[in-house]
Amino acid sequence: MTATMEPALEVGKARLRKEDARLLTGRTKWTENIVLPGMLHLAILRSPHAHARIARIDVSAAKAADNVVTAFTGADVAETQGVLACAWPVTEDIVMPMYTPLAVTEVRHVGEPVAVVVARDRASAADALELIEVDYEPLPVVLDMEAALAEDSALVHADSGTNRCYTWVFDAEAAGAGGAMPQEAEVVIKRRYVQQRLIPSFMEPRSVVVDPTGDEITLYSATQIPHILRFLLAATTGTPEHKIRVVAPDVGGGFGGKIGATPEEWIAFCAAKMLGRPVKYTESRSETMVSAHHGRDVIQDLTLYANRDGTVTGLDVKLIANMGAYLGLITPGVPLLGAFMYNGIYKFPAYRFECSGVFTNTTKTDAYRGAGRPEATYGIERIMDELAVEVGLDPVEVRRLNWIKHEEFPFSTVAGLVYDSGNYEAATDKALQILGYDELRNEQATRRVNQDKVQLGIGISTYTEMCGIAPSRILGALRFAAGGWESASIRMLPTGKVEVMTGTSPHGQGHETAWSQIVADQLGVPFDDVEVLHGDTRTSVKGLDTYGSRSLAVGGIALVMACEKVREKAQKVAAHLLECSPDDLEFSDGAFRVSGTPEASKTIADCSAAVFVAHNIPDGMEPTLDSEATFDPSTFSFPHGTHLCATDVDTETGEVSIRRYVAVDDVGKVINPLIVEGQVHGGVAQGIAQALFEEAVYDAEGNLLTGSFADYTLPSAFDLPDIISDRTETPATSNPLGVKGVGEAGTIASTPAVVNAIVDALRPLGVNDVPMPCTPERVWRAVREASS
Amino acid sequence: MIPASFDYIRPSTVEDAVNALSEAGDEGKVLAGGQSLLPVLRLRMAAPALLIDLGGLPQLRGVRTEDDTLVIGAMTTHATLASHPLVVEGAPLLAQAAATVGDRQVRHRGTIGGSLAHADPAGDLPTVAVALDALIVLAGMDGRRTVAAKDFFTDLFTTALRPDELVVEVRVPKLDGWGVHYAKLNRTAQAWATVAVAAAVRRDNGSIVEAKVALTNMGPTPVRASAVESAIANGEGVDAAASHAAEGASPTSDTTASAEFRSHLATVLTRRALTAASAL
Amino acid sequence: MPRVTVTVDGARYTDDVPARTLLVHYLRDNLGKIGTVVGCDTGNCGACTVHLTDSDGVPRAVKSCSVLAVQADGAQVSTVESLGGEHPMQRAFHEQHALQCGFCTPGMMMAAVDLLRDNPDPTDAEIREGLEGNLCRCTGYQNIVRAVRAAAAEMRNSPQEETPAAVPAQTAPADTEVTV
Repeated sequence: MTATMEPALEVGKARLRKEDARLLTGRTKWTENIVLPGMLHLAILRSPHAHARIARIDVSAAKAADNVVTAFTGADVAETQGVLACAWPVTEDIVMPMYTPLAVTEVRHVGEPVAVVVARDRASAADALELIEVDYEPLPVVLDMEAALAEDSALVHADSGTNRCYTWVFDAEAAGAGGAMPQEAEVVIKRRYVQQRLIPSFMEPRSVVVDPTGDEITLYSATQIPHILRFLLAATTGTPEHKIRVVAPDVGGGFGGKIGATPEEWIAFCAAKMLGRPVKYTESRSETMVSAHHGRDVIQDLTLYANRDGTVTGLDVKLIANMGAYLGLITPGVPLLGAFMYNGIYKFPAYRFECSGVFTNTTKTDAYRGAGRPEATYGIERIMDELAVEVGLDPVEVRRLNWIKHEEFPFSTVAGLVYDSGNYEAATDKALQILGYDELRNEQATRRVNQDKVQLGIGISTYTEMCGIAPSRILGALRFAAGGWESASIRMLPTGKVEVMTGTSPHGQGHETAWSQIVADQLGVPFDDVEVLHGDTRTSVKGLDTYGSRSLAVGGIALVMACEKVREKAQKVAAHLLECSPDDLEFSDGAFRVSGTPEASKTIADCSAAVFVAHNIPDGMEPTLDSEATFDPSTFSFPHGTHLCATDVDTETGEVSIRRYVAVDDVGKVINPLIVEGQVHGGVAQGIAQALFEEAVYDAEGNLLTGSFADYTLPSAFDLPDIISDRTETPATSNPLGVKGVGEAGTIASTPAVVNAIVDALRPLGVNDVPMPCTPERVWRAVREASS
Repeated sequence: MIPASFDYIRPSTVEDAVNALSEAGDEGKVLAGGQSLLPVLRLRMAAPALLIDLGGLPQLRGVRTEDDTLVIGAMTTHATLASHPLVVEGAPLLAQAAATVGDRQVRHRGTIGGSLAHADPAGDLPTVAVALDALIVLAGMDGRRTVAAKDFFTDLFTTALRPDELVVEVRVPKLDGWGVHYAKLNRTAQAWATVAVAAAVRRDNGSIVEAKVALTNMGPTPVRASAVESAIANGEGVDAAASHAAEGASPTSDTTASAEFRSHLATVLTRRALTAASAL
Repeated sequence: MPRVTVTVDGARYTDDVPARTLLVHYLRDNLGKIGTVVGCDTGNCGACTVHLTDSDGVPRAVKSCSVLAVQADGAQVSTVESLGGEHPMQRAFHEQHALQCGFCTPGMMMAAVDLLRDNPDPTDAEIREGLEGNLCRCTGYQNIVRAVRAAAAEMRNSPQEETPAAVPAQTAPADTEVTV
């Protein structure tokens, strides 16, 4: 029996981050920093057309230019460039078009790579690009999703015969998780909402360096998924897996946008192998905008059935989801991640979800912070506000009426999930109190009476989300090609220091700090004695990387499991050294102590040194404390919370100003409150940005009009409010740390809180919706249309 | 992205700059603050063969007064305009507008001459120049000449500058005792104005008797809101006068806003600008 | 090819550089000043922010992607490396958790230091406005504002030197190749 653990000393502490020292002093290791002997630079020629046949392409002039080593087209590397795989064929009959890094005969979105120049320096490569001649024969462009589904629509992929990628259905009744959808109801609310297309806009443009000169070929990339990339490169390029090393150096943000097997990585890999020399490709931001995948872009049709008293009797959801021109790594599955969340925190008796994925001649979509769950939360939280108005209840009350009560957990939802724990009452009450809800309602009433030009609105979002991706069996049932486990490995050094190899791949989330806190408590070692290694498949050899708010809820548990194994081994060694039975030992204050004789003790460091020299350890025991563990969660985790937003809306100009934003989140047990709060701040900022500022816009020819940071309006500090962040803590019951994950929760919660507030402000004027982003013009038009 | 190659000179006299510009013709481009030009070059939306950097001409920087006129060197930065005591006192509308251009870093480099010569319809300083009846002094092979702001901006990104000319000075008549306000609406802090209004008002006995009003991003060039000014001169109140704001303007529809909304905003912002200006 | 002489973080360098070389690329590629990064191509993100001191002797925050290296001839440039490591701004960013991925951080700190030079006691609204030229995608700016406020307080109590002391370059100059 393993000695019982002391209460946590490090876990829960607001530890400042180990990651900071290098980042604050410019001693950073971005991929773009890498310079290798003989390294060459790539430039990529991209299609200016949304849909066209490549009739002729001639790189000879580029090849002959100064400082150019070679130039090639898709046809030149057709046999060697590999394919870009989609790991999620959500249905058996899904249409999965061929997707190659370089287009060969046809281009299907503006920005698709068509040719490559390899040169001695960046500038020469860029210059030579202009010498490439391409004759395009334009083809019909498909942009509108509903038009794309029509019988007579032009096709994005001619040989597929359709623009419909798949149709996927979840019916709660058929799944045994709910009853029949009501045939009729006292209240029926139908709404169409549009999740506009967004661009993840991580601050570090993507960069890749491939070095083929070693015994293995090394790919350095600003990626969230080094382990998955290694596997995919092997599977799709014919290069043996054990001969591939992938390194994610410092990565400047991802938000899901750096989950992908990208054309640029595959092109660089192909070029490096072809030339036998290191190559580098760093994109400029304008290239990021058209080539890195986009997010959201879903049309939602919701129908809510309810009784006059406000209790919901059923919810029907139909989505049309824009895949873009090709399928990225998890493109088809992203909308489906929300399939199980449209019921939100509520006890609905009936539920049906249907989603059709559609191809268009646009940049592909894929995961972006929340991936399916912000869409779901938006849908349900907006329509619950509509229900409140319809039945004459305060929006908080209609939620109280329908939500799962604290004493009802664990709760089997109509979407077939079991929520382990939660306390919606506590989070909501806290949020209302911090906001000053009643006072603001009074002010709102006064402004309405006075018909103020500036109206006040209060929006609420009571959310839960499904993260800790994911139980492998469920992924299998959903036809995802991989599992959802995570791995950790611990190496105990002879001097007592600890090396942790985690399979997670942080890009700002502070895993080095948080994992050090966990290990410090688990092994009784000082926080500073722990070194956390990640992102290099040669060092942290096993993992499934970071996305879906999984690193702590899955990776953290693997870490705890590995620590337990280390303690078990150490306990045997300690007992041997202390000449007692392992059962006589307690683990306290960083050491194994004989119960009753606490001076007789051995630290983990002592045990580590002992096994290193192996002069005196138990017979038959391997001379090591090193351990690894792989954890496959049995369930998702369900953080939840209540966000409240108070907005001033200028009815003359349409300007929206957030006066007060309160977030009360429950992420279970908190390892590091600084990191948790930081994730909430950043997540909320992105959700507010969707509500108010951002939209990726195409023109009728399929050109991305918002193709730079000058046109794609990201908020600066001046555009965002203070975010008041607080917490309740209802531990998860599904894992020993009690943690739930927090990376995406802020984004998932915030968008509907903001839009609900805007609509709330304008209700007396007859407005019941403002399409996102709620720009001044859209707000103004909503008011105008309501009054006409 | 990397700009296409170009040759570069940094002349130390205006004459040298003009000669170089004249010789280079279409292939020459003046580099002032570079805050508009460099992004254009990086995106390869332009590829001039020669850049003529005015950064070596300290004689083009600085602010002074000449009687009732504020004389501003073309290479004076937005940051200087926003805070220079002579500008704050002598042309507060210019100081206010300059403070809204871009961000701190952009204002440290961007210049009034560059801004006027670039003639972006969404630019703030061209509008103020028109509102204040500024005179723009150009230097070319034929020597210096002066063009009134209202005649300087001829079309989208197009001015009265001849191929061999550059802006050397801006002369702004002081409006002693006038109240001013620059009202700007943009979607985010960094974004260009959706619409903006530059207003200067002369008050008498508590009401506005004369106004100078110009609009940003209501057409290919700054729009002088003459209908508003006439209405004020005819004794109409602020609300009534402001309702004429969009008359004669031809705003565009783009990803930021529609023409219709811009016209509406023009009236609202004009009303607010006049009100704020008269409260000072 | 123009010859430029620039003093960067206290050390003077002379190079022949193509006129089209951006200051940020000169700093990174020629001088190994990798602390300064490129985040966009339209001068919006501010990640490349450094301080440029021209003939009038006043250091000012500029976006080094929107300045040509040749324009900096004869000038002084300070990058994040000139903050030393113990600068109150760095300390405040660390203590207030004002960075996550860290990509925007050098530019953000340089912009903030410049802001405090002009306004040593800013309100939160003034801090937010003063940083409108620097985009961050990770933090939501909340802790950045806290950090600048904290740094401002510390700096008001113990004023910093204007000109940076010579700081040895972190990496060797141009022709030495550097591996990660």
